[in-house]
Amino acid sequence: MTRLGMVIDTRRCVGCQDCVVACKTENRTPEGYNRDWITYATKGRFPTLSMTIQSERCNHCDDPPCVSCCPTGASHVHPWGGVVLIDHDACIGCKACVVSCPYDARYIHPDGYADKCTFCIHRVERGQDPACVSVCPTHCMHFGDLDDPESEVSRLLASRPHHANLPEAGTGPRIFYLD
Amino acid sequence: MSPSEFVSTSHHPLADGHAWGWEIAVYLFLGGFTAGLLVLSGLARRRGPRATGEPGFALASSGLSIVGLGAISLGMLALFLDLAHKPFVWRLYVTMEPRSPMSWGAWILLLVYPVLLTGIALDPPRALRDRVPALARLARYAEDERVRRGLGLASIAAGLALGVYTGILLSALGARPLWSSGLLGPLFLVSGLSTGAAFAHMASPLAEERHRLARLDNLLIAVELALIALYLIGLASSTEAHAEAAKLLLGGPYTAVFWVVVVGVGLVAPLAIQALTVAGRIAPTHVAPVLVLIGGIVLRFVLVFAGQASHWSRL
Repeated sequence: MTRLGMVIDTRRCVGCQDCVVACKTENRTPEGYNRDWITYATKGRFPTLSMTIQSERCNHCDDPPCVSCCPTGASHVHPWGGVVLIDHDACIGCKACVVSCPYDARYIHPDGYADKCTFCIHRVERGQDPACVSVCPTHCMHFGDLDDPESEVSRLLASRPHHANLPEAGTGPRIFYLD
Repeated sequence: MSPSEFVSTSHHPLADGHAWGWEIAVYLFLGGFTAGLLVLSGLARRRGPRATGEPGFALASSGLSIVGLGAISLGMLALFLDLAHKPFVWRLYVTMEPRSPMSWGAWILLLVYPVLLTGIALDPPRALRDRVPALARLARYAEDERVRRGLGLASIAAGLALGVYTGILLSALGARPLWSSGLLGPLFLVSGLSTGAAFAHMASPLAEERHRLARLDNLLIAVELALIALYLIGLASSTEAHAEAAKLLLGGPYTAVFWVVVVGVGLVAPLAIQALTVAGRIAPTHVAPVLVLIGGIVLRFVLVFAGQASHWSRL
C-alpha cells in the first residue's frame, strides 16, 4: 500500500511562507483562504526562549474523522496513496467535516463546498511533488510514501527524532516534523 | 513542554472552529422535542383509551402529531438554511454512509414523516375530515387495536432513533472534546422527552393527564440532572483536553448561562414547582412547562457553541 505523507524539517524552516504562496497560486484558492499556513510556537520564559516554525496543512489522516462524518460520501480517501479528497459536487456544505477536524484544516469555499489541501494530487499523479514542497527555498519539505522503507521520507523518520501535531486526537496524522 | 505562545497564519473564516450557528442548535432542539412527542404519543397509543378512561386524551390525539410535524419541518428548514451548498442537498438521499450519524439522521427524518402523517390521518381534525371524505373512511382503521398498537410502536421507534441521533451527531465529531461523550445521546433523548412532556402538559385539556405528565416530567428532569452530572464527571476526570473542555461549563465563559439558565431555570425550578403542584400545595400553571422548554433550547445552544470552543490544544 502507498501511504503518502510529508516530512518537514523544523531546523531548516524559516517561515518564509513560500509554500503558502505556491499553494495559493497552484490551487487558485479564493482571497482570504489558504490551504496551508505557518505556525510559530514559542516555548520557555524570557530570556530563555525557543521558537519552532512549522508549515501546516491537512494531515491526510490514517483514520480521518472528516471522512467518517460526511453524510454524502463527498469527503473520501483516494484509493491510491490514502490522500483525503472532497468531491465538490457531492458536498452539501453541512460543515460537519469542518467541525470534526482537530487541525481546522478545512474551510467552506465561497462557492459553498468544503475545501482543503489535496497534497496537489493532480501534480503527484504526474510524478511531481506538491507545489509547496517543490518551491521550498531551504528544502525543508519532503514528500513520499511512508510505507516504503526505502523512500526519502521513511529514511528521514528512521534517522531523526520527530513529532506529529496532536497525535492524541487519535486520527493518525501523516505530516511529521523533524525536531 | 507546551509552548507559551502560539501564532498561526491560518485566518480563514472558520479557523476558530465556529462553523455551526443557531440553525444547528434550533434543529437539535426541535428534533429532540419532536422525538419526545413521538415517544410519548406512541406510549399513549399503545396503552389505549382504557388506560385513561376518558375520551379526548391529548397525547394520543392528532393535535400533537400536527405540532410534531410543524416542529420537525421547522427544524429541517433550519438545517437547510445552514447548508452552504444548498442545490446539492439531494445528495443526502442517494447514499447511505453507515459511519456518518448525519446520514443516519437524514434517513431517520424520512421515517418520522410517515409516522406523524399516519397519526394525523387516523384521527384527522374535524375541519380536515369534513373537507376530505376519504380521510373519514381512513379514520375507521383507528378503531382497530392492531393498527393503533402498531402505530404506537412505530412512533416509539422513530422517536427513540430521532432523539438519540441528535446527541450522537455531536459526540461522533472527535475533534471537539466537550462532545466526546456517549452520554450526549441519552441526555438529548431525555431532554427531548422532557420538553415533549412539558408541551403535552400545556396542551392537555384533562386535569388527570396534566397531573400524570407533571409527575412524568419530574422523573425525566431528575434523570436529566443525573446525566448532566455524570457527563461533567466523565469529562473532568478524563484527559487534559477533556478536562479543559469541561471547564468551559465549570468556571469558563459558558458557566453562567449553563448553570443559571439550563440547570437553574430549565431544570431545578420547574422540578420544584411541579413537585409542589403534584403534592397539591400550589395550583397547576403553565410556568413549569414553559421553563422546561426554555431550558431545552438553551441546553442545545450552550452545547453547540461551547463544544465548538473546545479543541485539542497545542498550548
